[in-house]
Amino acid sequence: MKAVVVLFPGSNREGDAVRALEMATGKKPQIVWHAETELPAGTDLVLLPGGFSYGDYLRCGAIAGRAAIMDAVRAHAARGGLVLGICNGFQILCEGGLLPGVLMRNKDLRFICKMQHLRVERADTDFTRAYTKNQIIKVAIAHGEGNYEADDETIKRLEGDGRVAFRYCDAQGVVGGLANPNGSTNDIAGIYSDKLNVLGMMPHPENLIDPLVGGIDGAGLFKSLVAA
Amino acid sequence: MVQVFSKASLQPEQARNIAPRARCGLLPEGHHLSQSIEITPQLVAEHGLKPDEYERILKLIGRAPSITELGIFSAMWNEHCSYKSSRLHLRKLPTKAPWVIQGPGENAGVIDIGDGQACVFKMESHNHPSFIEPYQGAATGVGGILRDVFTMGARPIACLNLLRFGSPDHPKTRHLVSGVVAGIGGYGNSFGVPTVGGSVNFHTRYDGNILVNAMAVGLAKTDEIFYAKATGVGRPIVYLGSKTGRDGIHGATMASASFEADAEEKRPTVQVGDPFSEKLLLEACLEIMAKGCVIAIQDMGAAGLTSSAVEMGAKGGLGIELDLDKVPCREEGMSAYEMMLSESQERMLMVLDPAKEKEAEAIFVKWGLDFAVIGKTTDTKRFVIKHKGKIEADLPIMELGDEAPLYDRPHVPTPKKPVIEGASVKPPKSNADALVHLIGTPDLCSKRWVWEQYDHLILGNSVQQPGGDAGVVRIGDGPKGLAMTTDVSQRYCEADPVEGGKQAVAEAWRNLTATGALPLALTDNLNFGNPEKPEYMGQLVGCLEGIGDAARALDFPIVSGNVSLYNETQGRGILPTPSIGGVGVIADVTQSASVAFKKAGQQIILIGETQGWLGQSVYLRDVCGREEGAPPPVDLVAERRNGDFVRALITARRVDAVHDLSDGGLAVALAEMAMAGKIGAKITCDLGAQPHATLFGEDQARYLLSASADEASKILADAKAKGVPAAVIGTTGGDALELPGEKPVVIATLDRAHEGWLPAYMAGQA
Repeated sequence: MKAVVVLFPGSNREGDAVRALEMATGKKPQIVWHAETELPAGTDLVLLPGGFSYGDYLRCGAIAGRAAIMDAVRAHAARGGLVLGICNGFQILCEGGLLPGVLMRNKDLRFICKMQHLRVERADTDFTRAYTKNQIIKVAIAHGEGNYEADDETIKRLEGDGRVAFRYCDAQGVVGGLANPNGSTNDIAGIYSDKLNVLGMMPHPENLIDPLVGGIDGAGLFKSLVAA
Repeated sequence: MVQVFSKASLQPEQARNIAPRARCGLLPEGHHLSQSIEITPQLVAEHGLKPDEYERILKLIGRAPSITELGIFSAMWNEHCSYKSSRLHLRKLPTKAPWVIQGPGENAGVIDIGDGQACVFKMESHNHPSFIEPYQGAATGVGGILRDVFTMGARPIACLNLLRFGSPDHPKTRHLVSGVVAGIGGYGNSFGVPTVGGSVNFHTRYDGNILVNAMAVGLAKTDEIFYAKATGVGRPIVYLGSKTGRDGIHGATMASASFEADAEEKRPTVQVGDPFSEKLLLEACLEIMAKGCVIAIQDMGAAGLTSSAVEMGAKGGLGIELDLDKVPCREEGMSAYEMMLSESQERMLMVLDPAKEKEAEAIFVKWGLDFAVIGKTTDTKRFVIKHKGKIEADLPIMELGDEAPLYDRPHVPTPKKPVIEGASVKPPKSNADALVHLIGTPDLCSKRWVWEQYDHLILGNSVQQPGGDAGVVRIGDGPKGLAMTTDVSQRYCEADPVEGGKQAVAEAWRNLTATGALPLALTDNLNFGNPEKPEYMGQLVGCLEGIGDAARALDFPIVSGNVSLYNETQGRGILPTPSIGGVGVIADVTQSASVAFKKAGQQIILIGETQGWLGQSVYLRDVCGREEGAPPPVDLVAERRNGDFVRALITARRVDAVHDLSDGGLAVALAEMAMAGKIGAKITCDLGAQPHATLFGEDQARYLLSASADEASKILADAKAKGVPAAVIGTTGGDALELPGEKPVVIATLDRAHEGWLPAYMAGQA
């Protein structure tokens, strides 16, 4: 597994992503600067980390979605390569045309950082094989714009094609109501591309890899990727 | 009363209306000072300078200053930059210890935490800007303190804050809480540093003057600390970061004046923050530092370009010459005066190693940052400002700082308050009901609504999150960690500044100790009223005496700080609030303790002596409606003995939950431990003749611990041998907290009371 982490100006969780990938793969992933036009040869996984790319003063991820490196990321995805966008990375994937929909401001208009339960919707993708279907995991969220919205047609297609990766839920796995922290349509916390090789998610599995710091429920995602 | 320089008086139109009657004095030969504006007594007053201070300027430079020079003096000699009212008393504070690398006087304090690592930290206020424009005021407060830390070569690893708002009933309070919290989050979250702790209180004495104190903690190598001191003559001075605009002109002067009813009109003096630029600045600065490009570096904080340039020159014993035509400006037609006093954010000044200039430039370009060579170091020890072919200022650089006024302001001690006996305080109908009430009051309720808006998890090292005694952050992959806290009990300081000052330091020390950390050093943020009033000056002097006593007794030196005076509205000062930010080291974070009960059937041990001190307690205030009496005395010998005992138990893994006792006393601490662990407790000890005093008294130097029955008896024996008061008071277990002779309170009820108030209040429902 050769992983790379793309660094945009304003990214700030790249170190957390590097740490999670290093723990899973045994080697430090290469950092790729946003102004590059090519990915390193032999790249298997591209990770777009969390943060506030370009300050997110425009729509979140809008400028980063058009950065030079993104053509290479799009080409990599088109070839079937793995792409994981976390938080700002998810917003960049939506803005960059790799995933449908948009991340709007949280329903209560406040940034929210807390531990959040998720339901793993399917455990047969390269990102989730280390989990079981419907497993409830506890990870962190930290975002102001995580409210996933798309037109009805798109939501129907995502649901129909099994492209919802994770849903917000409570500790018992019940979705909806107060278990949804940001107002996302259908409690969506993450979605796949049509070929299931691109995953965008708002929560931070990379911050849940250590029993001393909150738990290890995020480690499964990185273990899955290593086995992919 | 001092007035802030109004925007109107900066307009060129007005300048032209004043007849140019330049009064040339003793300028060095060949120099022609630009003097287009006559310096009138009114202009001097508008710059916050007193007539005798102006006389001092005339004597110092031997002629009338230019308008730019007057602005420079006003920036350097205001309270915020010169500490003219507090310097005399600050000198008495203990600032040294074998582990202190840098004490007060630099951008931040630096302590040695072993293994070649240094911890760099400081706390600073942004009170007045945050009242006027809460989001930007608080945001730029965070930005400023982060810059202070990374200017010294440290990568910030955590932020904390201490916030004081007016009464919840005041019509502005909700708006201020909302804006300040969003601003702190908005800056820190984007910059990418976890906010791991803080303190939020409400009191009507902050109605017109809230407090926003931000603290940042960073990590550096002990042999790679960077300072402001410039060396070498003829070296280029480089400006890096955001362009200079007209924002924040006279911010430091505003910070040194009282508020009248016209606070809103001061909005133009508040800066606007750009955390994105600051993040780029951080990465660029750390990169050029790592490459060895930097000789001297200073951020542009209060008083912007003026203060940073003077600092660099004065510390290095050099002159500085700046050519303002080279300064990157955001707006056209800025005058020298405006450029020298702008407090535009996210800017740095540095002296680079000439051999590595190209290397540094490539890094600035990579991060997309504006930079320019705007001047050079000289051997004249003069501060020379050139703009459009004219000399706008030519001042002796050393004297700008050294010759700042120093005042021994008259001060009167606060009269002692009577000691209130527990027996004279009415007991509640039910102690259990009083407890439920207290944990839902504005000061003691959960601040989750606040800290969930701060990213407290980024960087993946937050071993203990907000809500406990102190934030605990692992360093890299561990096992070492740092504990950090902010605290002060302003009602104690108001009642007795000396005891209150002691208590603030003791409580910060106790917060750190309760996690298992060895407290190493503190930063203080002294928020007081008008020092020209002897009673407020007396509060400052008294608190500093107490802080000094406690810091000496606990080996807890002051390594950095900030003074914020003139915190008053319409003649009434705030409660004296000397915020203490403490940092301690934990050798192995897996050995740190937290407040949550861990399992049922454990013995609960109370460490320290309980007399039932109700004077100035939250019980007396929030249940009985009385803000009265002497605050609890602080026995520093007992503090140290009890704290050292508890820390040794944590390090030896002999206890599983630890909490220090503070506001609300024993009962509130028990409730907090039960709620955090979702495990109840049954208290079985004798509460004595005045159970409410025992339960809610705020006697100092106390901790609660939980341990197995076997371990508990050994702990009691060890305590006895060491002269530490200790007693088993009950057992953990069940889903309720049961106080002697009271109905059990289920944890769900405690939670509802504790978590309910703030969200309801902010939603306009409380």
